[in-house]
Amino acid sequence: MKAAGASPPTAGASARVARARAVLATVPDPEIPVLSVLDLGIVREVEETADGTLRVAVSPTYCGCPATTVIRADIAAALASAGLAPVRVVDVLSPPWSSAWITADGRRKLHRHGIAPPTSVPGEAAGTECPRCGSLDTELISEFGSTPCKALHRCRACREPFERFKCI
Amino acid sequence: MSERPAYLLEYLLRIADTSLVLAQRLGEWIGHAPAIEEDLGFANTALDLLGQARLLLAYAAEVEGRGRSADDLAFLREESAYRNATLAELPNGDFGDTIVRQFLIDAYQLALYERLTDSSDLRLAEIAAKAVNETRYHVRYSSGWVVRLGDGTDESHDRVQASLERFWPYVQELFEADDIDRAALADGTAPPAQDLCDAWSRRVDAVLAEATLLRPAASPFRWYGKHGRHSEHLGHLLANLQYLQRTHPGATW
Repeated sequence: MKAAGASPPTAGASARVARARAVLATVPDPEIPVLSVLDLGIVREVEETADGTLRVAVSPTYCGCPATTVIRADIAAALASAGLAPVRVVDVLSPPWSSAWITADGRRKLHRHGIAPPTSVPGEAAGTECPRCGSLDTELISEFGSTPCKALHRCRACREPFERFKCI
Repeated sequence: MSERPAYLLEYLLRIADTSLVLAQRLGEWIGHAPAIEEDLGFANTALDLLGQARLLLAYAAEVEGRGRSADDLAFLREESAYRNATLAELPNGDFGDTIVRQFLIDAYQLALYERLTDSSDLRLAEIAAKAVNETRYHVRYSSGWVVRLGDGTDESHDRVQASLERFWPYVQELFEADDIDRAALADGTAPPAQDLCDAWSRRVDAVLAEATLLRPAASPFRWYGKHGRHSEHLGHLLANLQYLQRTHPGATW
């Protein structure tokens, strides 16, 4: 038995994990490229395993999100091209992702990009702020939008339609 | 890993197949819904259901332990091996019919997933915890339409009331416990069927009241898709669903 435990984190391992996180901050979500996979809150764990593999645990947004496979492949490719191979990307379901996992930075990016970020209250649509003019006088047009994670709203003040990240 | 109980495969297939078959039905609306918002609504709901079915079928395939995959179970099982509730396979009818059927099943799935998050089967609990938020969203969408149509014009009201009467007899199957359900209850995998029925009834009754629709009387009619005895409609649905894999076995993207 090893005195210091099975695989104590070494300076080399933590530097590799830190580099991996920096790389992940540049991997865009394929459907909302303004967000990185870190902003989206789907990267649950980055660690170096005992056999020297970089293990990245990713949680799907929606059960049927068609981007899931692409996201996994993009993450593996980005880390490999940064010289961080071998890499293993694994799915984790628990704790389940919800829109509450989107980071504060991610919310700001969504807003700047013209997509109303999700509020902290799941299912709450009233009082959505128009990302164009800032008015709260907005209405829901459709519960579903152009991707599984967005709904359609309209601003009564500036008359512009806009997308909003669904709150689930 | 602990020994999997014998009933578990059947229990999982009932939940998975109901989602898969309903997803296929909703998919038939793509390009045909009355407005693009509803086209997106049905398509997105179908996508969630398909994703849930895939997680459940992957687990079912592992429990079965015969080397089959989730895809094998979806594309290569015969009609009589499907375990979905009959309600899910009934034809779409008009937009109101589809909304009513969807609402009845959404409300059932929400009651089910809310309780399965506490299942003693941790894998199932994890899948339920993932599915429950999506399902809550589905209920909001379909119940919104039940209210708009029920409390809409005289014609929309009468037509969705008729849809409700038509589908109601098939609801019974969802809440009738058999040996599989009792075994799942006994080891804490599943909640009592009566609890699901109560939770479902509270939600459905509240929406029907808001929609000015009347809850139909209970019916002696019974049908058991969950035992593999299906209506004449499932075979046609599976012919569409399975066509590609049956014609070009093993084809991949």
